[in-house]
Amino acid sequence: MSKLRQHADDASTFAMSRRGFLIGAAGAGLMLAFARNGLAATDPDKTIAEGAYEPNLWCRIAPDETITVNIIRAEMGQHVGTALARILADELEADWDHVRIEHVDSDPKWGTMVTGGSWSVWQSFTPLSQAGAAARTALIAEGARLLGVAASACTARASVVSAGAKSISYADIVRRGKLSRSYSADELKAMPVKPPDQRRLVGHDTQAIDIPDKTDGKALYGIDASVEGMVHARPVIPPTRNGSNVVSVDDSAAKQVMGYLGHLVLDDPSGTVPGWVMVFADSFDAANRAVERVKVEWTNDDTVGISEKDILDHGAELIADASTGAMVFNDEGVDAAFASADSTLEQTYTTASVLHFALEPINALAFEKDGIWEIHTGNQWQTLILPVLAKALGVDESKIVMRTYRLGGGFGRRLNGDYAVPAALAAKALGKPVKMVCTRADDVHFDSIRSPSIQRVRMAFDKEGKVTAMQHDAAAGWPTQVMVPSFMPKGLNDQPYDPFSISGADSWYTVGAQRVRAISNDMANRAFRPGWLRSVGPGWTNWASECFFDEAAHKLGVDPVAFRLRLLDATGRNAGSAPNAVGGASRQAAVVRRLAEKTSWGKLALAADTGVGFATTFGQERGMPTWIACVAQVHVDRSTGMVRLQKLTLVVDAGTIVHPDGALAQIEGGALWGASMALHEGTTFLNGQVKDSNLDTYTPMRMADVPEIDIEFLPSTETAVGLGEPATTVVGPAIGNAIFAAVGARLRHIPIRPADVLAALKSSAKA
Amino acid sequence: MTTLKLNGRDVSFDVDPETPLLWVIRDQLGLTGTKFGCGIGMCGACTVHLNGRAVRSCILPAAAADGAAITTIEGLDPNGQHPLQQAWIETQAPQCGYCQSGQIMQAATLLQDFPQPTDKDIDSVMNGNLCRCMAYRRIRAAIKLAATRMGEEAGHE
Ligand code: FES
Ligand code: FES
Repeated sequence: MSKLRQHADDASTFAMSRRGFLIGAAGAGLMLAFARNGLAATDPDKTIAEGAYEPNLWCRIAPDETITVNIIRAEMGQHVGTALARILADELEADWDHVRIEHVDSDPKWGTMVTGGSWSVWQSFTPLSQAGAAARTALIAEGARLLGVAASACTARASVVSAGAKSISYADIVRRGKLSRSYSADELKAMPVKPPDQRRLVGHDTQAIDIPDKTDGKALYGIDASVEGMVHARPVIPPTRNGSNVVSVDDSAAKQVMGYLGHLVLDDPSGTVPGWVMVFADSFDAANRAVERVKVEWTNDDTVGISEKDILDHGAELIADASTGAMVFNDEGVDAAFASADSTLEQTYTTASVLHFALEPINALAFEKDGIWEIHTGNQWQTLILPVLAKALGVDESKIVMRTYRLGGGFGRRLNGDYAVPAALAAKALGKPVKMVCTRADDVHFDSIRSPSIQRVRMAFDKEGKVTAMQHDAAAGWPTQVMVPSFMPKGLNDQPYDPFSISGADSWYTVGAQRVRAISNDMANRAFRPGWLRSVGPGWTNWASECFFDEAAHKLGVDPVAFRLRLLDATGRNAGSAPNAVGGASRQAAVVRRLAEKTSWGKLALAADTGVGFATTFGQERGMPTWIACVAQVHVDRSTGMVRLQKLTLVVDAGTIVHPDGALAQIEGGALWGASMALHEGTTFLNGQVKDSNLDTYTPMRMADVPEIDIEFLPSTETAVGLGEPATTVVGPAIGNAIFAAVGARLRHIPIRPADVLAALKSSAKA
Repeated sequence: MTTLKLNGRDVSFDVDPETPLLWVIRDQLGLTGTKFGCGIGMCGACTVHLNGRAVRSCILPAAAADGAAITTIEGLDPNGQHPLQQAWIETQAPQCGYCQSGQIMQAATLLQDFPQPTDKDIDSVMNGNLCRCMAYRRIRAAIKLAATRMGEEAGHE
């Protein structure tokens, strides 16, 4: 999986080995920045003045003692600015009360801008710590000089350097001192950081900087962006994502809407929004009502006839054909083990289409000012959409800037910034600023949904019930193939694959000869634009494998927790390695053991038709494991099939935790997302579109559905890994297994509807 | 011409009587704290007070608010220090924050009706407010915290 991490690294400028660090004058303050390749040895002041730094973050100390940390990550509820600033401020020995954060606009100097994959803290922890330590060292040296003492006699705390009774603040050093230092990449790498027990901010709670503005209406989201003279727009979304062509537009009825200004069939050189018609008015409300009165006729390709069942049937065919797909694991002896097995188990699991349904519908404001195209919107992956915008507008990327706003939910939807394209095209055609707002239904119909998936899992056992082989085949639409194929590593059989869509199947269980096959569902890829949705593949692969492990344990007559612990033996490739997976499967086993102990696994006396189910995963990626386990407790009403989720208990080992309360919030939200997708959400692809488009029929979890939740983090000083997604991966299978424990009904599809439970109850009664 | 009192200020505007109050508040009167989520009254992001009662401004025609007193998140407390807002910060309730104006406005009327709400009260009144980030646990905790504080204060008066 080193390939996977390589991709993650490239995506984030994580490769700090190539960069040095600069401290130098910037205006009336001091700037701390990562240097571009080879620049660290040159004059820092000059380098900074020329803007020739390539930070993934820089920080400025002003003479008034304010420390501003620039954040290139999108704020979408994870309080990422707070976490990143605290990593740097801790090593800097900064006074936290003086620290401010600023979310920056897109600019090549920032390197790759992406917020996703639960990567932000994991990628930044080491470089930010070392940068902070380097800056502190320099400030101490200069402070010592100004105080007339030896640097070795000085300590730094809360933005003050002191030696005995003498002290000087960082602000004074900036005002009076002559600080100009550079650290080469090697020096920076060797820069010692504090031992964990001396951390004063990391691992200690604080209030997130972004929160107060979210309680009084001040926080500005993309939908709040405005500029003088802008025209309001709402699109008419075509019947299919691909292959729709406008034949005619009849807007005669729209002309009765006061404020209606006209419409435009978008001509899109980037191919992002085929078949789109934009409707303009002097207010959003008028544009909204005009759209309802515009009649558009399209021609369509065959995708207009594709439905969920077609996609899953196609997936099943692909799985049945042994020649398809990319081999992620393909150990020697898989087929032989199955051929000579004493017994085998094979099951098929499916998951339905899922909507992102970020509460802020997609929107964008676009205009040209002084030869620069400005795009105002919330976005998670500026670097991905900028070249597409450049193609659409026919200008160089350097002529486009994306302005940063809060995101009213990301969940991966806004990794794909396609919604900026129609606003930009319209603004270009009109020669005026255009603000496009999608209604909820528009947003849903243009969503990059989580693809439906189909998976086959098989296991071979010997006479003693030992697992001798396992095969996991997963077929789904691949977002990475459709949107950024260059991110696809090659499998062992040289076939490229979407790492995010198979992640999870490459588990840390020792299961004998193991085969993991990732299959792109080309029908899904054509029928819609598959999206990365909170946890991507692990949201479906673990549904299959963790339900399967439960089924296998029951087949063998072994306790499901004991069965898992037996396989989490941390041998071979599951032994783990530094720095990201120290301890390997033994840490997953530790999480499992702690959760079993905490929930009195196997010892609980439960009411009738009530059961507990267990599941454990390694979160997001094998190369960056967040060890997590969940016990779900459910009650099933046998007469209605209704499942009531009563309690979720989770134990997590995410290594070092930077912002404990923020980490807890991410696990809370992720766990409920997992529960919501298992019990409350899910839609169906029907004739080229998703069936549900608003809350009347799409029903995410609400307040009254929320179970009791108990979350525990295992203390750790290992590498800080991801938090945003792992909990979504583990809750669904825990619920499925709990239903089986409660009433003996085995569910192999999510979402789990009451009718499915009733059907499963019936078939289990027959069995 | 429609006239109303917005956060204590008299405002009048001219719009199609069908225009939902939400878009008048956001686009004409420039207060963007009230959010658009679903447009069909089912997410609560657009919740404001009409004569002290929580309403969904996305489905309320502006004309129906003629003569009424409207309070938005910006006007709940002049300094943004309503006990609910303080409790929201103390419990660190918001994630993306997009639903939170509506949650707070809904919770404000909840506490008028049920000064010491039970979990059931919270479930039934707050169920119409979707939080896509699923920050429900903290929203519940914040409501209870604010209720306790407001109860203590009332006791001292
Ligand atoms: S926007 Fe009004 S209830 Fe959803
Ligand atoms: S905090 Fe994001 S929708 Fe509630």
